Amino acid sequence: MAKDNEILGRVLGPGAPELTCEQCFDELDRYVELVLAGERADERIPGMRAHLAGCPACAEDFRSLHDLVSREGG
Amino acid sequence: MATALMTTPTEIPWIDRLRTEGAEGQAAVAELHALLLKAARFEVGRRGAELAHLRGGDQEDLAQQAADDALMAVLRKLDEFRGESRFTTWAYKFALLEAAVKVRRRAWQGREIPLADEGWETLADRSSADRSAENAELFAALHEEIERLGARQREVLIAVTLNGVPIDVLAERLGSSRGALYKNLHDARRKLREALAARGFRVEEGGEG
Repeated sequence: MAKDNEILGRVLGPGAPELTCEQCFDELDRYVELVLAGERADERIPGMRAHLAGCPACAEDFRSLHDLVSREGG
Repeated sequence: MATALMTTPTEIPWIDRLRTEGAEGQAAVAELHALLLKAARFEVGRRGAELAHLRGGDQEDLAQQAADDALMAVLRKLDEFRGESRFTTWAYKFALLEAAVKVRRRAWQGREIPLADEGWETLADRSSADRSAENAELFAALHEEIERLGARQREVLIAVTLNGVPIDVLAERLGSSRGALYKNLHDARRKLREALAARGFRVEEGGEG
């Protein structure tokens, strides 16, 4: 069941309003800093979380920037 | 601008210095390149497993190329920096993107892109014992609806979501872009959700958990 749900999630995506890849890249630096600051990142940038759930490449970009800035004490 | 992470006055000199003519401007560009190279090496390093077949020198070349390309992108887009994050965070994302795309493409160099067959197996080739009757019906319907998609939407959906092909790699092979292919994927997902709902299946929203 868990495997089925995982496959369905990948195939059908978030099913919620989401940003485009271009909008995601434009907002990525601000989103990462809001997340690291414990601000309400998902309220401030609606559609980002859904996009990161649906787009594996943008999700990897988010994790990389998050981890790099976090490592630097951001 | 309530948070300490937002732009501070120290960000302004970055932009000013990069636009300065002469030795000061060149020094700022060199400093920026060093930052971008650090970010590119970070990305290449964390993706080492994908590049296990490359020598260390090749990985460094990849990081250098990514930093060079990111520097050009940052300098070209300086006017677009809105000051809503620190300048370095904004600049890093270009280096990380360049490095990630280069690593993905290098990792898939010479490999065939699976556009269909393996994906069908992921959907269909599981024994009925592993799947509830309800899910078996849902997956059968999903299979049918995927077959009804247009060729491009079907290819992108299967390659990216079932066969694990990085969207940047697929974009390069198809002469397209990440954004354009993601639009295909997004439209395909919307059609599938609508079709499944019309057939009486309840598919929950994801991405908020």
